[in-house]
Amino acid sequence: MKPPVGAHTGTGIWLLQRATAVVMALAVPVFVWRVASVMPLDYGVWTALFAPLWMRLFTLLFTVALALHAWAGMRDIFMDYVHHTGIRLALYLVVIVTLAACVVWMAAALWSGR
Amino acid sequence: MLPGNRPVYLNLFRLRLPLMGWVSILHRLSGALLFILLPLMVWSFSLTLSGEAGFERVLAWRSTPFIKWLMLVLVWAFAHHFFAGLRHLALDIHWGVRLHSARRSSLAVLLVSGMVALLAAWGLFS
Repeated sequence: MKPPVGAHTGTGIWLLQRATAVVMALAVPVFVWRVASVMPLDYGVWTALFAPLWMRLFTLLFTVALALHAWAGMRDIFMDYVHHTGIRLALYLVVIVTLAACVVWMAAALWSGR
Repeated sequence: MLPGNRPVYLNLFRLRLPLMGWVSILHRLSGALLFILLPLMVWSFSLTLSGEAGFERVLAWRSTPFIKWLMLVLVWAFAHHFFAGLRHLALDIHWGVRLHSARRSSLAVLLVSGMVALLAAWGLFS
């Protein structure tokens, strides 16, 4: 069996970064269109915008794509500049916890009071 | 080359980066900035949906000069990261990789994200 490390392990995360980039690039115009179509914004209009289930799922899906994308990017930055393994792993942990918290927080915000 | 004769030149302000280099480093910088500001964005989003008081509170932030500058930086970072990212995806499929077009698309990314930031500044400060 091949060991789980090697030169190819970067390919998966490279692809993940691109795939999530494409998902977000397609989703951003949808958000812009949805918000632009209800301008001017007030509280009633804003909550109505996130009332449909598809919009809440769409927003949460976007957040998940963003979290995965940010993980790939921050991992690249730390791999380039932080050469001390212990510190780098600690920074990875901070990034993972932050992003996971953001996803859970978004889900809570989208489904709160419903 | 002998080790002592190597041109060590680490003054970042005197490095001459080509346009593509600027787009590349700003792509990384804007990405890091977006990550750092993400919890703040999620928090303000959750506030806007928490009730009318929370929504009004987030809107009221806009009158604070510090928040205005923060929003301007955020808009620029997002615009630059978005357009430089599209350029990167195009380069991945070998579209626009010739020197001439790569240089032109770099200039386009810098100009378009600069224009988005100017529009945001106009909206925020006028």
